[in-house]
This record gives sequence, structure tokens and C-alpha cells, in this order.
Amino acid sequence: MTNLIWLIPILPLLGFLINGIGNKNVPRSVSGWIASLSVLGSFIISIGAFGTLMADPNVVIQADYFEWLSAGSFTLDFGFLVDRLSIVMLLFITGVGFLIHVYSIGYMHEEEDYARYFAYLNLFVFFMLLLVLGSSYVLMFVGWEGVGLCSYLLIGFWFKNNAYNDAAKKAFIMNRIGDLGFLLGMFLIFQTFGSLEYDTVFAGARQMTFDQPVLTAITLLLFVGAIGKSAQIPLYTWLPDAMAGPTPVSALIHAATMVTAGIYMVVRSNVLYVMAPFSSEVVAYVGLLTALMAGLIGLKQNDIKKVLAYSTVSQLGFMFVALGVGAYTTALFHVVTHAFFKALLFLCAGSVIHAMGGEQDVRKMGGLKKALPVTHLTFLIGTLAIAGAPPFAGFFSKDEILAGAWTHSYLIFGILAISAILTAVYMFRLYYLTFHGEFRGSKHQQEHLHESPISMTIPLMVLAGLSTVGGFLGMPEIFHMPHFLNNFLEPVTGWADLYAHGHASHTFEYTLIGSSLVLLIVIIYFVYNKYVKDAHVPKADHLVTGFQNVLANKFYVDEFYNTFITKPLNVLSSFSYNWIEKGFIDRIVNSFGYLTNGASGVLRLVQSGHIGLYIIAMVIAVILMFVFKMII
Amino acid sequence: MGSSILELVHINNYVMLAAILFAIGVMGVMFRRNTIIIFMCIELMLNAVNLLLVAFSTMHSDPGGQVMVFFIMAVAAAEVAVGLAILVMIYRNVKSVDIDILNKLKW
Repeated sequence: MTNLIWLIPILPLLGFLINGIGNKNVPRSVSGWIASLSVLGSFIISIGAFGTLMADPNVVIQADYFEWLSAGSFTLDFGFLVDRLSIVMLLFITGVGFLIHVYSIGYMHEEEDYARYFAYLNLFVFFMLLLVLGSSYVLMFVGWEGVGLCSYLLIGFWFKNNAYNDAAKKAFIMNRIGDLGFLLGMFLIFQTFGSLEYDTVFAGARQMTFDQPVLTAITLLLFVGAIGKSAQIPLYTWLPDAMAGPTPVSALIHAATMVTAGIYMVVRSNVLYVMAPFSSEVVAYVGLLTALMAGLIGLKQNDIKKVLAYSTVSQLGFMFVALGVGAYTTALFHVVTHAFFKALLFLCAGSVIHAMGGEQDVRKMGGLKKALPVTHLTFLIGTLAIAGAPPFAGFFSKDEILAGAWTHSYLIFGILAISAILTAVYMFRLYYLTFHGEFRGSKHQQEHLHESPISMTIPLMVLAGLSTVGGFLGMPEIFHMPHFLNNFLEPVTGWADLYAHGHASHTFEYTLIGSSLVLLIVIIYFVYNKYVKDAHVPKADHLVTGFQNVLANKFYVDEFYNTFITKPLNVLSSFSYNWIEKGFIDRIVNSFGYLTNGASGVLRLVQSGHIGLYIIAMVIAVILMFVFKMII
Repeated sequence: MGSSILELVHINNYVMLAAILFAIGVMGVMFRRNTIIIFMCIELMLNAVNLLLVAFSTMHSDPGGQVMVFFIMAVAAAEVAVGLAILVMIYRNVKSVDIDILNKLKW
């Protein structure tokens, strides 16, 4: 199986080429399946590679295919590296990716540009696999840029709508800001270690002394890249807007895979981050702030996808906190469980939107559980998973993050716990508003309510199953079960674990689990009372006042950026255009034109058309030439 | 050295004659208005040069100069054919061969 590694990214690329070049010549019934099966093929190969890696903890599949770049003393091989970290990523990218492809077949069946959609989706999977598989930062960067491009293409998939185009541009530009940091980080790595291959860099970093300024700079710059890609403060605003894309795209790219690229990058570079405690601290606090802020905003959003988007931002914040406190395995654990339940929630939302004929406002939903039984049940599982109810996936990963935070700092733990409570509140609010109570939509919508086709519900059920059992990958110590993921990732993060701050006590873990359970029940009770018993419906936008209004308007961050960054930039550009470009450069260029024009206007009078004059001029000139010749 | 003809009439005379003929040709081209006369003056200039070539060819006993003269005569014949044809066309169009009428060749 190991010599087939190159096929993992190539299969989706082939799918992309077939659908992309064939476009509308590919029969509709085929193109979706081509795309899905290519990802399935990658998934199967990944499982094979997983088997190889499972057998022996020291096995790493490294394959260098050809010399890619060479300049002076610098050479870079195009190589893939499959170790225990990348295989975890591979498995869930291709696995969840395949499910979402299948779901898309049903979801997009009315779409005109069917083949283009699947081509983009395949291209995305290709780049994401490249990002994860690359054995050097450069190849990671190629994938990093590629997924950004695909994200842009898919957010703006319905490019006839201008607002969607703007959202796509916003995502792309914000990502570019982060990418600049990543790029600078790469330069600095090369300058420090003389290479961009993971092996060399990490081996070099292990030799260095603790807390070097250059390592702090490298890690901070790389983290800027992660901020952009993984939607953290201050670059998170693109992610909620990215919901303009088709819902399966939101599930795949803007929840399960692409946005976790930043986490992957930090876990991959864990050696560097461990050596730079200040950067780790920054990572933790940025994540913390994001988790809290996005959680607060999520409380007052009324668009079903927006709530999920802010919840994604918040959960990504959780993951960064885990990274910051040095719990790399935990962060990856949460990435995996989050991929399961967030993809599930988004796909459920897609199913709801599908049934509602495109309606996304929860105020116009309600009581959908009768019409959409499968969606309702799977959404409930997803909600329980994200809220952290045992034994669903989120319970284990979130508790592990909280425990990790506790050992690091009580402040981080406290704020993170509040964010976790917020998660439960806004998710159950969303759940009750959507599926319980009276139907609040139009008569027309009510008549057309229907459960989604089987190609959509099966992925839901599979993901619901995964969200239920996914947590068993990492059982807390107190259950006396092996922490599978921890052991599995030991070869990758082992060195970083030496610097970990020790484990939370068993008493603490019992208390944490107990109190989170009690809190969850209390929350569910209150939310149920408010939104189901009292049938409270969020007010229309203009009636919201006070702090709630601030939350509903997302802390006015977009407006802030608009006033302090976009507008001044626009003023600067229009100044440059009107004064520097038009007033200065254009004038210089034009005056040359005027000069030539004027001079020729005078000179052309010489050409009178009288042949006699020409001949006289010629003769005089010839004579002058002779005279001149004689003088010299 | 030198042939009998050049002993009869000195080379200077040939050069003078050629210069005078050439000057007459130039003056004619510059100051006459009738296109046919201008044309003839051009021929005059050509032949002045021919005369010079022949004279020097004899002086240096080099037949190359005379060969060149034949070339010039052949080309001149062709040129005359084309030039006169153009003149005929001009006359048919403007009913005149006055050079000052042909002043359209300008900006």
C-alpha cells in the first residue's frame, strides 16, 4: 500500500480534470459519482496506509518523487510524508469528504453547473491532501494556497450574486493577509535552519536552546498564517460570510477540513512551538478570546448557517487554546470530533434549508421534527456532541481541552468553561427554534416540507454514528481505557509531551465531568423553557436593543474594519488614482505627446507639396554634403 | 599609357564638359516647370555621368567603366519607359504637365 501514496492526491485531481475539462459534456448522472468515487479511492488507500502505520510506531512513509526546486545550494524535493499525524488528517479528510460529496449529489441536483461544482470540490480535496501530505513547508504552502483558492471559488460559486462575490473576495483577501505571515515564517525558517523539510527543521530546532527570539518570531509568523486560515481574531470575519457558498461546501471546507489546516500546521510544528513558550501563550489567548467572542455572537444570530459558522469559529478557538497550552494531541482530537459533528450539523442545516426552499432564518422555521425525522434526529445528535453531552464525541475532546487548560492556567480554564457553556446555549437555542414549537414559515413552505433524498440522509446517519462513537478515540484516564489517539500520535508529539505541564488530577476530572453534565442539563432545561414552553421567538432585527443588539451586530467588528481599514484604504486608493496617477504620471506622459504633436505641427509646414522646392532642397543638401566633406 | 584620343583632347576637357552638362541638368530640374523638360534634364545628368565614366575608363584602360555605362543606359531606357508612362497618365488626368499643379504630395 505504501507505494500507492501518490495516488491519494492524484485521484481527486483526476476527478477534477474529468469534471473540469469535460464540464457540461459529462453526463449529470456521472459527474457526481466520479467526484465521490475518486475521494473514496483516496480514502481506501489511506486506510491501507493506516494499517501499515498501525503495525509499528516507528514506521514513517516518506516518499521523495523528484527534485522540485533547485537554486544555488538550495534544493527541495517534491516528497510526501505519511506519519501518524498526517494519516489521521488523511482519514477524516477523505472519509468526511467522501460523505459530503455523496450528500452533494442530492443537494445540488437542481443546480445547472453541476460538473463545475464537483470539479471545484475535487480540486479542494486535492489541495487539502497536498497540504497534509507534503514533507516540507513549501509543499504545505502550495496546498495552503490551493485550498484558499478553492474556498474562494466555492464561496463565489453562485457568482451572479454580487454579495456572494464580495464574500468570496473577503475570504480570499483575509486569507492572503495570513498567508503573508506564513510566507515570512517560511523565509525565517529557511534562514535559520537552511532547509524547509520537516525532518531537517525539527532536528535543528531540537538542538536549539529554549526560548530563542528567532523561534518566537518564526512561530508567531506561522501563527499569523493560522489565524487567517483558521479564522481567529482578528481575521475571523470572513468565515461567517463564507456561508454564502453552497451548504455542503460550508460543511467540508468551512467547518471540517480547510479551517483546521491552521491547527494541523501548529501540531506539525509542535517542536517549534514548544521551544517558544511566548508564542504558545499568544496562541492560547488568541484562541481563548476567539472562542468567547464567537460564542457570544452565536447567541444572537438568527441565520441557521451563521450560528453554525460562529460556532465553528468558537470551536477553532478551543483547538487553539489546546495548542497553546501544549496539548497537541487534544487539539487534533477535537479537530477530528469537530469534523464529524460540525460536518453533520452543516449537512443537517443543508437538509433543513433544502426542505424550506432556501429559507435560512430560524425565525421562520419551527416544528420541523415531524416533517424531517432523520434530519431532526441526526441534528440532535450533532447538537449533543458539540454541546459536550456524554457519550458523544464532543464530550471527550472538549473535556480534555478543559482539563489541559486547567493544568495551564485557571484564567484560561474559567473563560474557556464559559465559552463551553455558551456553545451549549446557542446550539440548543438553534435546535429548539428549528425543530420544536409551531411552524412559522409560509403556507406554501409548509406544504412542501419533505425529508431529503436518501443520498443526503445516508451521509447524515453515517456522520451521526461517527459523532456518537468518535469520542472513544480518546477516553479520559479515569475510565481506565487506553487513550487511543494519545498513544497513536506519540511518535509525532512525543517530544512536545516532555514539556507538558503534567496531567490534571483524577478528582478534578471527576468534578469536571460531573459539573459539565449538571450544567448541560440546567442549560437544556432553561433553553427548553424559553424557546419551547414560552414559545419565545427572536425579535425582528430592528427591535433588538442594548447589548443584545451589539451581539446581533457581531460586536460591530465588520463595521469597525470597514471604517478603520477599508475606508481609509479606499480613500488612499482614490487619492493615488486621482492625484498621483491622473494628476502626475498621466500628465507627464501626455505632455510628451503634446510636445511631439506641436513640434510636428510646425515642421510639417516645410512639406508644401511643391516638387521644385523639394528638388532645390535636395540639391542644396547634396552640395552642402560635398562642402562639408571638403572641410573635414 | 593613355590612348590616342586622350592625347588629342585632354581629359580635363571631358571633365569640364561633363560638369557643365550635369549643371545644366540640375538647373533644368530645379527651375523648369514643364515635366517633360525636367525629364530630359534628368537624362542629361545621366549622360553627363556616362561621359565621365567613359572618359575615365579610357584613361585607366579599364573596361569596367564602359560596362557600367551600358548598365546605366539600359536602366535609363527602362526608367524612361516608366517615367513617360506616368507622364501620359498625369496628362490624361489633369490635362497639363506643369509640375506646380502636382502639389498634392504633402501633409
